Amino acid sequence: MIRIPPAALIGLFFTSVFFFCAIFAPWIAPYGMAEVVGDVWEPSSAEFKLGTDSIGRDLLSRMIWGGRTTIFIATAATILSFTTGAVLGFFAAVSGGWVDQALSRFIDLIMSIPSLIFALVVLSVLPTTVFTLIILMGLLDSTRVFRLARAVAVDITVMDYVEAARLRGEKIGWIIFRETLPNALSPLVAEMGLRFIFMVLFVSTLSFLGLGVQPPQADWGGIVKENKEGINYGIQAALYPAYAIAALCISINLVADWILSRTTSLKGGRG
Amino acid sequence: MSEPLLKVRGLKIGATIYPPGEKSRDIEIVHGVDFDLETGKVLGLIGESGAGKSTIGLAAMAYGRGGVELTGGEVWVNGRDILQSGMPDKRRLRGAEVTYVSQSAAASFNPAKRIMEQVTEAAIGQGKFSRKDAEERAIALFDKLGLPDPENIGARYPHQVSGGQLQRCMTALALCPQPDLVVFDEPTTALDVTTQIDVLKAIKDAIRDTGVAALYITHDLAVVAQVSDHIMVLQQGAMVEYGTTDQIINAPREDYTQALVSVRSIKHIEKAPTDTPILKVAGITARYPGTNFDVLQDISVDIHAGQTLAVVGESGSGKSTLARVITGLLPPSSGAITFDGRDLTPDLATRPLDDLRELQMIYQMADTAMNPRQTVGTIIGRPLEFYFGLKGAEKQTRIQELLDEIELGEGFQDRYPAELSGGQKQRVCIARALAAKPKLIICDEVTSALDPLVADGILKLLLKLQKVEDVAYLFITHDLATVKAIADSIAVMYQGKVVRYGPKSQVLSPPFDDYTDLLLSSVPEMRLGWLEEVIANRKMESAGN
Repeated sequence: MIRIPPAALIGLFFTSVFFFCAIFAPWIAPYGMAEVVGDVWEPSSAEFKLGTDSIGRDLLSRMIWGGRTTIFIATAATILSFTTGAVLGFFAAVSGGWVDQALSRFIDLIMSIPSLIFALVVLSVLPTTVFTLIILMGLLDSTRVFRLARAVAVDITVMDYVEAARLRGEKIGWIIFRETLPNALSPLVAEMGLRFIFMVLFVSTLSFLGLGVQPPQADWGGIVKENKEGINYGIQAALYPAYAIAALCISINLVADWILSRTTSLKGGRG
Repeated sequence: MSEPLLKVRGLKIGATIYPPGEKSRDIEIVHGVDFDLETGKVLGLIGESGAGKSTIGLAAMAYGRGGVELTGGEVWVNGRDILQSGMPDKRRLRGAEVTYVSQSAAASFNPAKRIMEQVTEAAIGQGKFSRKDAEERAIALFDKLGLPDPENIGARYPHQVSGGQLQRCMTALALCPQPDLVVFDEPTTALDVTTQIDVLKAIKDAIRDTGVAALYITHDLAVVAQVSDHIMVLQQGAMVEYGTTDQIINAPREDYTQALVSVRSIKHIEKAPTDTPILKVAGITARYPGTNFDVLQDISVDIHAGQTLAVVGESGSGKSTLARVITGLLPPSSGAITFDGRDLTPDLATRPLDDLRELQMIYQMADTAMNPRQTVGTIIGRPLEFYFGLKGAEKQTRIQELLDEIELGEGFQDRYPAELSGGQKQRVCIARALAAKPKLIICDEVTSALDPLVADGILKLLLKLQKVEDVAYLFITHDLATVKAIADSIAVMYQGKVVRYGPKSQVLSPPFDDYTDLLLSSVPEMRLGWLEEVIANRKMESAGN
């Protein structure tokens, strides 16, 4: 029986709630995503739990649909950035020599361009679809994952058991996936939590700037953008997505911390 | 009779352990130890790792390292029970009355400060000496410890002196505040044998001349026999035997002590060389990429099928580099290697699978030689499936056969390396090498990280396996006792060259060249008075000076 510390339990609970809402949005949301059902910026009532937004759509429904979009994009981009970054990072570390040099310098080059500006330039040229967003965010972020994965793997590849595998004649695939990856997992999993949070913030930022998810599709950054004028009149609508982003980030972090501490104590192995 | 300087009564030491997946619990690691130590005497504490030697040594300064707690008993120093004293009194005790010399001087000195500053720090800080007096005292100690240029060596940084010299500086550090008791915790274990002997002599003389009492902790009975008046043998936190050095060495009473005394008594009669060697190394010269220095210079040695070539030398002599060249990790700049009649290509990547399979390697640190996330079954099973394509039940049966062969038996397949003892780990590494059905196994210092009794077991196993599997060994070691026990032929390496090479009987009989003589004479022997004898008869200074 695994004992889960209270902090992780709280994190786990809220993360599950967010993901549950995201997955089952069509059944949970009281109204459709773009359905105009009331007046502009109606206060919260029995009918509209969080009130309505700048053009009279139910805000709670927008929040739920928006969460679905934001979480889907962030998850897909994180998975993409991790597979690309980790595989390339391990490949560079295990190959060494000029392969490592070439890859690392290329990654440095990309990292030297601020990712937000890079994204804005690309998105102003390419069509802004969810697919483009995921690919762009995933690839940009994979540079960070590459750095971490390479650093961790370089430490592991000097171990005698990796040398033993090389002497046995093992191919690079075995060395990466069987000798290196299992020992690099816990820092990577912890990083995955942080990267996911960063993705949520990134996609929200892009949408807020108008280059991310396009209306009428809802997403948290977009909801802030649509309702930001309301703040001048004391309307809270723009703050709800901000609360949601903060709550999601904190709960994911709590879970990542717990996973990190668990995997390091597993079998008494290295971190 | 006057009160002894150090009186330990019923000392109990506990620690909290955190087994993975279970609740933490308290265990007792020292179970009530008693002993006395009088001024000017040396007590040797001896035992295997985990016996509680260092923990007891540190208890003499009322200190428990990292999570260790002194849970019971009394430790009297200069007539007061220091376990009951408060922090200010303990602080006065440490560094003034009791000082400590650790195993690794290199890890204990602050690399950013000069040696003199660190040697005199405690003496000045405790208010025992003024800076001028402390420095004069330090210089006198440097001189007494045989350090070169005692006037100026203190101005150097720790990385500017050799390992043996730094260990002597550490002894000076411990003696500088004029303590009543010095705890020596394995002070020579990390040094080469030829350096160890000088440090040992220096420590012994310094103890005699300054009249301090000393606790000398080591796992090497032959070493402790040279310096101590009494010896206490410890096993798993309890005393096994206590007696004078003479009694322990010459008439041990307990079985465990007898085993320690008779360790390294394996007899191995050398085999005659065959006509065609299995591995022929001819004129190998090698250097590491990006350096301009040949680590190996014109090395030529042969290994015969089913026999053992021992390569001996101090650290830095190029032993392990030779192994890297043979395995193909470091392509040589010139020379050729022939293996079983075939030419071995210089680079690992271009070797056919059979060459890789028939040439296996076992490492010094079994800990890092096994993937901590793989079970013993996976570790041993991988070569079987990789080289022979074994799967399922067939593989399981073969793994179990190998485990039986290395005397581990049932129930080990699903264990992780962290769940094995040091000796068991090394056995699993041997099984992994054997799984490939090799013709030659390179053993790189395979016993030097193990306790003497465990190391003995590994050597016996290797000899047995050689008979059964007819495998040849290239045995790299710095320990001549191991060489005597296992080798058929010997190559002595010194600064990248083979200085002496031939059958064991020939290499180990006179006339010797100077270096072989130094190396042979430096191996501690289990008898009293050996140290003085060796120092008196030496022809060559060790490289550590």
